[in-house]
Amino acid sequence: MLIAATVALLIAMALTLFRAVAGPSLFDRVLSANSFGTKIVLLIGLLGFLTERPEFLDIALLYALVNFVGTIAILKFFRYRNLGLSSDEIANREDN
Amino acid sequence: MLDMVTVVDVVLLALLSTTAVAILIMRHLFAVVALTGAFSLLSAGLLVTLDAVDVAFTEAAVGAGISTVLMLGTLALTRRRESRPPRLSPIGLLIITITGGALIYATPDMPKFGDPNAPSHQHIIPSYIKGSQDDIGIPNIVTSILASYRSFDTLGEVAVIFTAGMGVIILLGRRREDEHGYSEDGAAYPLKDKNKPKINDETST
Repeated sequence: MLIAATVALLIAMALTLFRAVAGPSLFDRVLSANSFGTKIVLLIGLLGFLTERPEFLDIALLYALVNFVGTIAILKFFRYRNLGLSSDEIANREDN
Repeated sequence: MLDMVTVVDVVLLALLSTTAVAILIMRHLFAVVALTGAFSLLSAGLLVTLDAVDVAFTEAAVGAGISTVLMLGTLALTRRRESRPPRLSPIGLLIITITGGALIYATPDMPKFGDPNAPSHQHIIPSYIKGSQDDIGIPNIVTSILASYRSFDTLGEVAVIFTAGMGVIILLGRRREDEHGYSEDGAAYPLKDKNKPKINDETST
């Protein structure tokens, strides 16, 4: 059962990577980079159970958090073309 | 039946090299940033299969987290496409091929992964393992090596990281502003000033 899940996950990772390389639009690439991170998180969780050390689940949780930071940065970059804006400046731009 | 961890290793390595080649070929820098994030997550996954969990932690936090943010910040200041590289110099290619070939040639001489007879496991580690319980009295050998046997080394590392952190705070820390939005030295523009020059004015509408 775990083996089937791992194989399916590896295939899904290959497909996601293909979309990141080929993806015609930028949003394809953002989405694939994000879901690639999610799949790594799942893979680490599965690896923990495959090698009978489920405590790897903690690492998977941390990866989920780190992955979130990257996605937020990418989305902020898309919206404002700049990462150094403070919340005041963002409010200013929203007003304009 | 194939060992599943080996299959995962092989597939992860194949994906890793595919990503590396794609990063090399691509000229669209945003896609390259997205792919480097995927690359470091992949190598973090590989490090987990090697049981190097702490290295994997660092790789994920630095590679996928901070580097993505830093590279996007750089991308905001530069163009979105990489310019054409100058033509390949044959001498450089030759040197790189020879060096890479020598490294690959040397790889089979390395001790096997986890080999207890490897030189790095024979030098001083056995005495640490034998003496740790009596010398320090901590059940975790890694902790006793880091915090006691090599404590000065660890102290130096902490000093280096502390200095680096202070440098970053001094360089990048926001200046303190009073309620009118002026910084203390009066040099910065007030935040509410509409005449403040914007680098990316055309995108803000």
